[in-house]
Amino acid sequence: MTTGPGEQPVVLALSGITKRFGALMANEGVDLELRRGEIVALLGENGAGKTTLMNILFGHYVADEGTVSVAGADGRLQPMEPGSPGAALRSGIGMVHQHFTLAENLTAFENIVLGTVPLIRPGLAGRNARARLAELMRRSGLEVDLDIRVSRLSVGEQQRVEILKALYRDARVLVLDEPTAVLTPQESDTLFATLKSLAAQGIAIVFISHKLAEVLAASDRVAVLRLGRKVADLPTAECDRQKLAELMVGHAVTPSRREPKAPGAALLTLDGVTAGEGRDSIRDVGFTLHEGEILGIAGVSGNGQATLARLLSGLLPAERGNLFLRDKPVHAHDAGDMIRSGIARIPEDRHRDGVVGAMTVAENLVIEEIRGRRYQRFGFLDFAAIAARAREAIAAYDIRCPGGGAVARLLSGGNIQKIVLARTLDAGPVVVLAAQPSRGLDIGATGDVHRRLLAARARGAGVILISEDLDELFALSDRIAVIHRGHLSAPRPSEELDRASVGLMMAGHHTESEAA
Amino acid sequence: MIRFEPRENVSPARRIGAPVAAALVALLLASLPIAAAGAPVLEAYLLMARGAFGSVFAFSELLARATPLILTGLAAAVAFRARLWNIGGEGQLYAGALAAVAVGTGAISAPPALLIPLVVLAGAFAGGMMMLLPTLLKVRLGADEVVTTLLLNFVVILAVQMMLEGPMKDPMGMGWPQSEPMLDEAMLPKLLERMRVHSGLILALVMAIAVHVFLKRTVWGFEIRAVGENPEAARHAGIPVTATFVRVGLLSGALAGLAGVSEVAGLKGYLTADLSPGFGYTGIVVAMLAGLSPLGVVFAALFIAGIFVGADSMSRAIGVSNYLADLVVATSLICVLVSGLFVRFRIRLVTPKARKADA
Repeated sequence: MTTGPGEQPVVLALSGITKRFGALMANEGVDLELRRGEIVALLGENGAGKTTLMNILFGHYVADEGTVSVAGADGRLQPMEPGSPGAALRSGIGMVHQHFTLAENLTAFENIVLGTVPLIRPGLAGRNARARLAELMRRSGLEVDLDIRVSRLSVGEQQRVEILKALYRDARVLVLDEPTAVLTPQESDTLFATLKSLAAQGIAIVFISHKLAEVLAASDRVAVLRLGRKVADLPTAECDRQKLAELMVGHAVTPSRREPKAPGAALLTLDGVTAGEGRDSIRDVGFTLHEGEILGIAGVSGNGQATLARLLSGLLPAERGNLFLRDKPVHAHDAGDMIRSGIARIPEDRHRDGVVGAMTVAENLVIEEIRGRRYQRFGFLDFAAIAARAREAIAAYDIRCPGGGAVARLLSGGNIQKIVLARTLDAGPVVVLAAQPSRGLDIGATGDVHRRLLAARARGAGVILISEDLDELFALSDRIAVIHRGHLSAPRPSEELDRASVGLMMAGHHTESEAA
Repeated sequence: MIRFEPRENVSPARRIGAPVAAALVALLLASLPIAAAGAPVLEAYLLMARGAFGSVFAFSELLARATPLILTGLAAAVAFRARLWNIGGEGQLYAGALAAVAVGTGAISAPPALLIPLVVLAGAFAGGMMMLLPTLLKVRLGADEVVTTLLLNFVVILAVQMMLEGPMKDPMGMGWPQSEPMLDEAMLPKLLERMRVHSGLILALVMAIAVHVFLKRTVWGFEIRAVGENPEAARHAGIPVTATFVRVGLLSGALAGLAGVSEVAGLKGYLTADLSPGFGYTGIVVAMLAGLSPLGVVFAALFIAGIFVGADSMSRAIGVSNYLADLVVATSLICVLVSGLFVRFRIRLVTPKARKADA
């Protein structure tokens, strides 16, 4: 950018925004200014109030205190009518939600013009709209086939439709909520290139993120929210990872590092395994997991990870191929058998597969071993043993809850994950399957998960880590394999790989030969 | 605008109070047709109360009527806990009654200490077997058990009619389609002289406590609750979901079968095709009114039985049709379903402006 954004006029100002949800202070006196043509990253942990702030900006919520002002046609800031997405749209604010708001059974074109075409003479308006959209696509570089149904577009393309939809409504301020959550690294790069070109054309952009790498790479300025308050607002050029992480968490962060360790004997072997059906199936997958090793499996969600996890969890049979646990074939596709053979499973969807929400914390802590000798006598539950186990696990894993008798549903995601960790890892497993173990967790809870996995590795267990987060994979994994359309690449030591090559493989390019 | 906000913690008082309030509202609503029929509402309800509680005889009638309802209510409650929708209580009741008659009318002669347990077990077994097929069809093929169990009711009742017209017809029955009478040694003992209440009531109360203990304190009960609340998590945690469903199905069918045994061997002494005025279906209302709690089933069954017995007596006295009982029972089911909403959610009336403010 040639002109510094500081010289540009302010197009949007949030001042003194406070928002309470009951006792929870979601936002507290937050000020934020946005200038023409700049990209601002709104950084913070889960629950820091980023999304709430943007929802106030877009009129989904009304702030308890504070105002939102937008530059009018004359460039002067005027307060915007609160609580009205319509007013936000008219003021030139466009929002791209994390979960897209597209009508899947309409075409991209229909989605974009939805709500702007008059009832009378829609044909003519349609032709005009097409001409305008062609111009918009040319200027912004957002190419989409307009006449394909949205349900058939890829996630990245759907996001482009969302952005076009905002631009078509003359958005001068573009808000994106966690835009890279569903993208491959390459798609993310493309997105940020597009955002930069849009900014260069004078559009002001705010994107919400908790990923430090993309904040550093793509923004001009970073605003950090912590517990609802803005704790920093500074040019990106003056930041580094360590500083941002500390601002975000509020204390010094020691990244989890694995100690170098020679892997032990072969533990779990998959040989030519095919399972599942449809898009998420796996084809001819093979690898060997060793004792004391973390094997990372990278990939964009929906490329077979879920099927691989279900197979190793004992929920799905292999159609072809063999599984061996310490040279003994594993035939059973029975979760109970997997647990008894020492395979701990941390499910991807912890609310659906991890806990029975209506049962208590204590019951969820013992559910995998309820038939074991520890918690029952002649088929009758030993409540004293169950309560003792609950007290022990709550203390050891710092599960924040009113007690073992609390209903699991009321706990936060991080604490539910701690229940799952305590249940699976305390049983002393030989293999740990961790499917997206830190998804949706904040830095603190993520650190807990990582420490526990590294501890399992240090103890000699083999860990399979399925993740979409490359930072996590590189920090924890001894070796990394990439899954794409159900095929798994040969695992390679993570020291020999870099983010770019893994990213390319996630997008389906075979780079083994080039990188070797 | 009306907004529903989920309650975080439901107090026990609210959980117990809601069905009681629902029952009262049902009585209140039912007063409208009584008034429309030209009868004095207050007097009608007083007569109903007297008919159900007014004398030892009235109360013993109520207990006799509640006995099968406790058992069919337990059958529905235990199945619904696992989200196994057994609507086939009526058919299982008849299957239990048929088995009781098959064993207890002279096929085996033994002293009561032996014959009564045999009759009871035969009825429970037959009722349980009625659930085997629907449960297996559900877990193996995904067939909806609501449909299969409901339709089996008609199959069983037709089968009972066939047996009563054919092989099991009483040769001394003067042509009536009824079974031979039960042996005296096979009959459940009476509890009171010259009253109809019989030891089937004790059986029903013991079963209520047993089911309560089973669900709360045993591994199988734990597994049933887990499967009912979240089958995915249960399966992931290694709980045998299929076996759990089969177990629940057999238990539920057996309990309904016991209701048939209790009616035949406790009250009637022989089997006819009109043994049950829909106890199997009313058991579902009982279970819902009880919030699927086995101990609550006892109280819900007493309430429903009181309505039936009281309405009979009231209709004799002031000529309001005893269909009113069905009306109250049906209304109370609707009321209890609605009250469930009030228990789980806080309902707030908000103006559009306020809605925006705290959406």
